[in-house]
Amino acid sequence: MKHLEEAFVELIRLASTDLPVDVEQALRKAREAERDPGIKDVLSVILENVRLARERSTPVCQDTGVLNFFVRHPHSVSRGEITAVIHKAVAAATAKNYLRPNAVDAVSGRNSGDNIGAGFPAIHFEERDGEGIEADLLLKGGGSENVSAQYKLPDQDLGAGRDLDGIRKAVLDAVCRAQGEGCAPGIVGIGVGGDRAGSFALAKKQLLRPLDDRNPDEGLDSLEKRLLAEANSLGIGPMGLGGLTTLLGVKIGSCHRHPACYFVSAAYLCWAARRKKLVYAKDEVKIG
Amino acid sequence: MADLNIPLSEEQVSRLGLLDVVRLNGVIVTARDAAHKFLVDSFIDSKPKAPELALYDKLKGLLRDGAVYHCGPVVAREDGRYRFLAAGPTTSTREEPYEHKIISHFGVRAVIGKGGMGRKTMDALKKHKAVYLHAVGGAATLIADSVVEVLDVLKQDLGAPEAMWVIRVKDFPAVVTMDSHGRSVHEKVLADSSGNLNRLIGRAGSL
Repeated sequence: MKHLEEAFVELIRLASTDLPVDVEQALRKAREAERDPGIKDVLSVILENVRLARERSTPVCQDTGVLNFFVRHPHSVSRGEITAVIHKAVAAATAKNYLRPNAVDAVSGRNSGDNIGAGFPAIHFEERDGEGIEADLLLKGGGSENVSAQYKLPDQDLGAGRDLDGIRKAVLDAVCRAQGEGCAPGIVGIGVGGDRAGSFALAKKQLLRPLDDRNPDEGLDSLEKRLLAEANSLGIGPMGLGGLTTLLGVKIGSCHRHPACYFVSAAYLCWAARRKKLVYAKDEVKIG
Repeated sequence: MADLNIPLSEEQVSRLGLLDVVRLNGVIVTARDAAHKFLVDSFIDSKPKAPELALYDKLKGLLRDGAVYHCGPVVAREDGRYRFLAAGPTTSTREEPYEHKIISHFGVRAVIGKGGMGRKTMDALKKHKAVYLHAVGGAATLIADSVVEVLDVLKQDLGAPEAMWVIRVKDFPAVVTMDSHGRSVHEKVLADSSGNLNRLIGRAGSL
């Protein structure tokens, strides 16, 4: 398992220091689209920072967030063993300064110093067919987590009913409320349905999708496109200083719900959308 | 682009207007959630007590005409010396309950963070002639480059992100988004975007 531990340390290093190419390209396109020189400059600072972080192997953002691991494993592999390997890798990556120590005891306020604690890091398991382990890692900053929001439809204040248009209104409200706290231009993952916890989990999982993928559901696919265009007409702009680019992407997933419940959850991710994937099979490691 | 050298004078700060691009030089102090609560609880809302008098005096010297930076950095320790690796701003609104007291008590001239702050802070900036400087959120490695020296670390028991790091910066990049005359970029963007939201969802807005 030593080999796997090293692979996880490398997964964490790359997630923290090497922004995904699709996100970087979207930021470049945003810089081209913006007209105000001051706003263009904000995006230039962001892009220069992305370059420097990759070159020096230092964190893109000092808030290396909560680590969210999504692990898919064959039935023969023990979750307890993988958890132990991940914990060792997280502590090692913290010691190497790829991560800021972010695990704080909720009551005493004591920082554990190594990003290990109750519920920290967050690890989600799924069983898969076939050999080998796959793991996605999402580093989600506290600022972006603070502005994530959940709606219960119908919502009278928004005039949002239990339909696609109601979802649209809730998401636009969430994006507007995130200004000044989440670092725009961000990405929103939306979970529709489920119970409260399941709805948020589904929303967060959408953030693993590449920016240029298509939603297999036609109705949700066109809603994603419409929401992206409408969010970008809000005028919030990069860092909330005004401008044309408020979001880089909208990704929506749905699951079954109780007849009485209709939750729409919005998981906001800042522009520093740090996600990476590890594939580990037959002692071969691929990270990208 | 204006060079701002700490200590800052009232006159210098008064001249700054919205969206002025600045480069900050000199000694600044990081402080975020736990540090703000500590400063207000220990020194402002109650009388400073004996074991912390030296710390209080030190902070008074550092903050008078100085700057508070909302930041919890990633710091490396190499050969007994600290070096900033990543040091972008954190969200400032969480310090809204405290900042006005800190500005008035310590005579702070610049608050650096991201996202802007509320009415209480804005009133304090105007009354005491100070500004809010917006740094680019997430630009952590780039901003760490402007930290040329780590001079001290205070309240390290709060944990690395929450400790108060005393740092010397050179050409720290920022833009004025709340000035000392009661104006705010954030208020305008909020008003505009709220109006746009109401239009998009067909809600009669109050704007």
